[in-house]
Amino acid sequence: MLGRLSLSAIPFDNPIIMGAVGGALLLAAVILALITWYGKWGYLWREWLTSLDHKRIGIMYIVLALVMLLRGFSDAILMRSQQAVAYGGSHGFLPPGHFDQIFSAHGTIMIIFMAMPFMAGLMNIAVPTQIGARDVAFPFMNAISLWLTVAAAMLVMVSLGVGEFSKAGWSGYAPLTELKYSPGTGVDYWLWAFQIAGFGSLMTGINFLVTILKMRAPGMRLMRMPTFVWTILCTNVLMVFAFPVLTVVLALLALDRYLGMHFFTNTLGGNPMMYTNLFWIWGHPEVYIVILPAFGVFSEVVATFSGKRLFGYRSLIYATIAITVLSFAVWLHHFFTMGAGADVNAAFGIATMLIAVPTGVKIFNWLFTMYRGRVRFTTPMYWTIGFLTTFAIGGMTGVLMAVPPADFVLHNSLFLVAHFHNMLIAGTLFGFFAGYAYWFPKATGFSLDEAWGKRAFWCWFIGFYLAFMPLYVLGFMGMPRRMEHYANPAWHPWLVVAAIGTAVILLGIIFQIVQLAVSIRRRHATRDLSGDPWQGRTLEWAISSPPPAYNFAITPVVEDFDAFQDMKEKGTAYARPERYHDIPMPTNTGKAFVIGGLVFVFGFAMVWYIWWAALLAAVAILSTVIARSMQDEVEYVIPAAEVERIEQAHLRQQSAMGAGADHG
Amino acid sequence: MASPAVAAVVPAEEARQADAVGRRAFGFWIYLMTDLVLFAALFATFAVLSHSDAGGPDGKALFNLRHVFAETMLLLFSSASYGLVMLAMRRGHRGAVLGWLAVTFLLGLGFIALELHEFHAMILAGAGPSRSAFLSAFFTLVGTHGTHVSFGLIWMLVMMAQVGTKGLTTPVRARLLCLSMFWHFLDIVWIGVFTIVYLMGVV
Amino acid sequence: MASTPLESTGAGRGSLRRYATGFILSVALTAIAFALVMYGPLSRTATVAAILAAAVVQIMVHLHYFLHLDASSRARWNVLALLFALLIMVLVVGGTLWIMAHLQYRLG
Repeated sequence: MLGRLSLSAIPFDNPIIMGAVGGALLLAAVILALITWYGKWGYLWREWLTSLDHKRIGIMYIVLALVMLLRGFSDAILMRSQQAVAYGGSHGFLPPGHFDQIFSAHGTIMIIFMAMPFMAGLMNIAVPTQIGARDVAFPFMNAISLWLTVAAAMLVMVSLGVGEFSKAGWSGYAPLTELKYSPGTGVDYWLWAFQIAGFGSLMTGINFLVTILKMRAPGMRLMRMPTFVWTILCTNVLMVFAFPVLTVVLALLALDRYLGMHFFTNTLGGNPMMYTNLFWIWGHPEVYIVILPAFGVFSEVVATFSGKRLFGYRSLIYATIAITVLSFAVWLHHFFTMGAGADVNAAFGIATMLIAVPTGVKIFNWLFTMYRGRVRFTTPMYWTIGFLTTFAIGGMTGVLMAVPPADFVLHNSLFLVAHFHNMLIAGTLFGFFAGYAYWFPKATGFSLDEAWGKRAFWCWFIGFYLAFMPLYVLGFMGMPRRMEHYANPAWHPWLVVAAIGTAVILLGIIFQIVQLAVSIRRRHATRDLSGDPWQGRTLEWAISSPPPAYNFAITPVVEDFDAFQDMKEKGTAYARPERYHDIPMPTNTGKAFVIGGLVFVFGFAMVWYIWWAALLAAVAILSTVIARSMQDEVEYVIPAAEVERIEQAHLRQQSAMGAGADHG
Repeated sequence: MASPAVAAVVPAEEARQADAVGRRAFGFWIYLMTDLVLFAALFATFAVLSHSDAGGPDGKALFNLRHVFAETMLLLFSSASYGLVMLAMRRGHRGAVLGWLAVTFLLGLGFIALELHEFHAMILAGAGPSRSAFLSAFFTLVGTHGTHVSFGLIWMLVMMAQVGTKGLTTPVRARLLCLSMFWHFLDIVWIGVFTIVYLMGVV
Repeated sequence: MASTPLESTGAGRGSLRRYATGFILSVALTAIAFALVMYGPLSRTATVAAILAAAVVQIMVHLHYFLHLDASSRARWNVLALLFALLIMVLVVGGTLWIMAHLQYRLG
């Protein structure tokens, strides 16, 4: 009746897990109680859970990302603490099976449920407004992408208390992930969460590709698009062409586990190395998917806060395109040591070294943008400068490992771990934090506290160096990754430093939480009335903060790159139109949220072999999609008079604070 | 205070609908491109595992080319009949659209029936997907194509219901256009399947 | 501007003659391929080359006669997307075959 699910799935005997589950449930209960106390259920449903507005969807993505950042970071604290004490005679406080689940969850969460949603959130908040559009191409599909990602994240969260998570790493290599070696629910949770999130990402890629190519404001030719939009365009190309391979490799593993097939098994002809090959065909483009948007944020931030046009726009675009194409040609560098031989390794090694070149070009573009600019050191600029210095180090270690003989020594050592955290934290995460600080006023209408933001930055920056530079040393000393216990006492001091670094980062995260609380409390004092708190150069700063549902009352006509700056210089930035028009907008619908819930049920049922529930959920999902298709009334119209009222109110606010004057 | 920065033209309703249809069609095309990459990965897997029959039966022993030719003709005829759906749609002939959709559906159903028959026979003969890596790859590649076809058939039923109840409205036409792309695309993938899996498996 | 929203997408460019031409070409190419394998006098290599060529030609027939793909500006992004997809497919399939063949040789 309930498959292989029973009460014994809950690890009552494990105090750490029970503590974490208890804490999570308590927090959830508090949040639900607060919503009930303030009577906000109707508001939540009407304004957020059923919204098809890309701006709301973007905010919800970022909320998910920040929550999952806390969960993934908790895993990091546990691992660093364990490794700081578990040497020689001491085995620490985490048994191997538990430690393995932690590093597997940490990687899966940080990449799929923190970085990807954070990116999707920034994409949703910024891209449509930057191109002068009213929405994305497919608003309903946009909502589905969000709720699929949430459903998948919930599967990972539930795995903590019901059953177990995978012990095979975030990359899930076969044959360890085959049924024979991982018979429990762990790999199944990992597999379905990964697969479902993948579908969400694929749909986002299609959605934004069409949006950017087909919905730009008149006059915004490709070579006049903001750099963030360009990087998102390339990111979408990567998503659209890489994620299908992930879909296949996870599906084949699922077929092995559920139907006894032999793709990656040890017997009857299976080829486990094929798993590694297919996984990284997706896996390498994936790391570029999470870094290119960060590069886009840095481009926007550097230009805005240097008060200058971006240096070398064209070369930056071509560099981004080169990275996009090349990223499909380097995947073997993730498994130089699997044994394909010198000529294969050499070819992919050279391609890997080549791909570092366009990134180097971009770094110079950013530096030259700052040179002779009037640089304002705001929080986004802090994250940018932290990135420029630190990311270069990580890039160089990457080029080092691109040399196959060097990689044979360093593969799967802590040197590798330090390298990719160097790229992902100093690159991706710093970029997303910069984007979060930069677009926060636009999305919410008030500012983030600068002082706490800078304190948080310093903790992250110093903490990162303390936590990861020792790992480079440890890699050279021969320490492999994913070790729950080790015998070599020489490694110990370095791991203690790393644990201290983690504590400093924790302080940074606490400061970011404080920043948010303080900013919310003081939001009325820091309200952005002009829509342009940073003296921005791109179109999203031309509308109010937060923008009205329709973004632009009249679609702007673009005449140059840095469209808003161009309008300011020509004196047309705040022109009042002669007349307003009715604006059609998509109506809210609960179907996307419902589909998300059903997908969660489906995933959970598949994990626990509850076949009848999985089948019912699948049929219900299909029925909901068909029902949506049968609906004729999916839009409502905002009358011109209402548009005029909203616009006049905003223009009055702007005049009241003297906006519209020359910002220089 | 007029200014060049303010757009002078507000799109008429028809142009707006045309834009929406164009976006739908392009978005669906991009989805088909992702499906191409998906099938490419499945073909690559099949190619790598095509000789890993673990001592079990191989293509020569299992494939009946006459049967496959029949399947191919059914699918090809259904592509042609869907072309007639589109021609009827352009002329606004609701009845003809419904009729040719039904023909296409039956031809597609025939394809699935033949394929299920083939799978069933193979499984009964001990050559199911768990017998060897080659058979896993065969059943998955051909089965994924068949699953796509089956979803297309469900979609056809939904479209017949929509054409029947709503008529040939613009959204209905847009969906028929997307289904057309989907159906022809599946026939293209089948060309790859019968060539690489069946013909090359026997030659 | 096209007279209906649909025609602007190129969907209206089919005609009975085009579908019929595409259909007949496809049937012929399919029959040739099957006949070569089932009754063919050619060597194995020649047969394989012939059926692969027939497949490529038939795919192009489908793309042109059924999916109305051509060099017009209307279909420009569609063609670009297809070409990029083909590039990725070549990298994925080609790269996989190269890598796995080397692994098989060295480790198999």
